[in-house]
Amino acid sequence: MSWFTKFITSSLGQKLVMSLTGLFLILFLCVHLYGNMQLYKGDEGYAYNLFSHFMTHNPVIEGIAYLLYAFILLHAIQGIALWVQNRRARGGQGYAVKVTRTTNTNSFASRNMAFLGLLILVFLGIHMGDFWWKVKFGTTPMVTYEGEDYQNLYALVESSFRIGWIVALYVLSMVGLFFHLLHGFQSAFQTLGINHKKYTPVIRFLGWVYSIIVPLLFASMPIYYYFFK
Amino acid sequence: MKLTLKIWRQKNAQAKGKFETYTVEANEHMSFLEMLDVLNEELVNQKKEPVAFEHDCREGICGACSLVINGQPHGPMNGTTTCQVHMRHYKDGDTIVIEPYRAKAFPVMKDLVVDRSAFDRIIQAGGFISVNTGQAQDANAIPVDHDVASSAFDAATCIGCGACVAACPNASAMLFTSAKVAHLNMLPQGKVEAQQRVLNMVKQMDIEGFGRCSNITACEAECPKGISVTNIARMNREYLGASLGSEKTA
Ligand code: SF4
Ligand code: FES
Repeated sequence: MSWFTKFITSSLGQKLVMSLTGLFLILFLCVHLYGNMQLYKGDEGYAYNLFSHFMTHNPVIEGIAYLLYAFILLHAIQGIALWVQNRRARGGQGYAVKVTRTTNTNSFASRNMAFLGLLILVFLGIHMGDFWWKVKFGTTPMVTYEGEDYQNLYALVESSFRIGWIVALYVLSMVGLFFHLLHGFQSAFQTLGINHKKYTPVIRFLGWVYSIIVPLLFASMPIYYYFFK
Repeated sequence: MKLTLKIWRQKNAQAKGKFETYTVEANEHMSFLEMLDVLNEELVNQKKEPVAFEHDCREGICGACSLVINGQPHGPMNGTTTCQVHMRHYKDGDTIVIEPYRAKAFPVMKDLVVDRSAFDRIIQAGGFISVNTGQAQDANAIPVDHDVASSAFDAATCIGCGACVAACPNASAMLFTSAKVAHLNMLPQGKVEAQQRVLNMVKQMDIEGFGRCSNITACEAECPKGISVTNIARMNREYLGASLGSEKTA
């Protein structure tokens, strides 16, 4: 085995994969959220459609998109592999009395990262089928702005968010995302070896803010369209 | 006080174990282990097999005593080993469930005794200094920053009891291993072999079949010596540095 394979398949190397891909996904969510916020412009989807056109037609961004798909898969596969290894390490016989106290992370979130992750993965499948697939391979309604044709993604959003179970699934998944981030955000830094008297409190605070604001804003959209549009 | 004990009994490593229920008459001045001694005396008098459990110093410094008491390694109090838990923390009529540590790398040998030799092998992989450090030094002959010395000492207080593994939902040995790495790597004599040390100890930790840390911090919550997870972060970064930075390619 080369030194690199040894390194990346070791326990610490595998954790590093989770940390780096996770941090990338955290950055990605910001961009995604910025796009979604265009929905609130009240211009019948003009800004939203232009933004999604830009995101799907810019070659650099398309390149990054493939990196993103790869990272999502890597994060999921590595996460499942770690979960399996950890179950094996625990052994067959569990404790009759279960107590898990933690010192500085959310106990529920940290113990259930794999399940929260799976929930998000299932959501991602449905979500991508709902939008991404239709944009890439299906038929989307078109709209014309200033004599040019654009895919009307906004129409997709409006019709999807009228369906009760989709709205419920989105909101539930965002609750899952909240918990996943609550532990994942700060955990990613600890795994990178960043635990510092000056910076860790800042990272923890940012983690809280990010984990609350981002899923909340994402969840607000289906709720808004379902109830107020 | 009259207590009901539910204790894991297992004949040997191969046997299937099960819980047995006992009652014991204890008083509040006894330590937890003395309470078990009383039970064992009764069992011996009744010509029954006494409960096997590990202990040595009984003063919180050797790390031999283990036991998961009502779901917590070393029982309910923070910063306390099983041998230092006293019965005044329990009251008449309480039921106490006593289990061995559970981890694949710590197989149960008999009743409440587990085999913790995996820790010894992690130490053998790098928990030592093999360069010549000379004669005993005069005080302050080797300059060590006070904060560094304190952190290294804090890490060195790990008694290798294994409660971190027992508490961790992933059965990870990162807190133990990182404490040993930190303790030696922070000090001048240990720095010489720092990179190889962290690489070898992590490798052995993986071979032993411990789980992968997911930063749950249950270890820190249950560690009787208050070893901090900052040591794990330190080990992560030293491992990263050693893997990427060392000139060794194999
Ligand atoms: S880190 Fe704490 S819990 Fe783990 S072996 Fe050392 S003293 Fe015991
Ligand atoms: S018997 Fe030595 S620490 Fe408990």
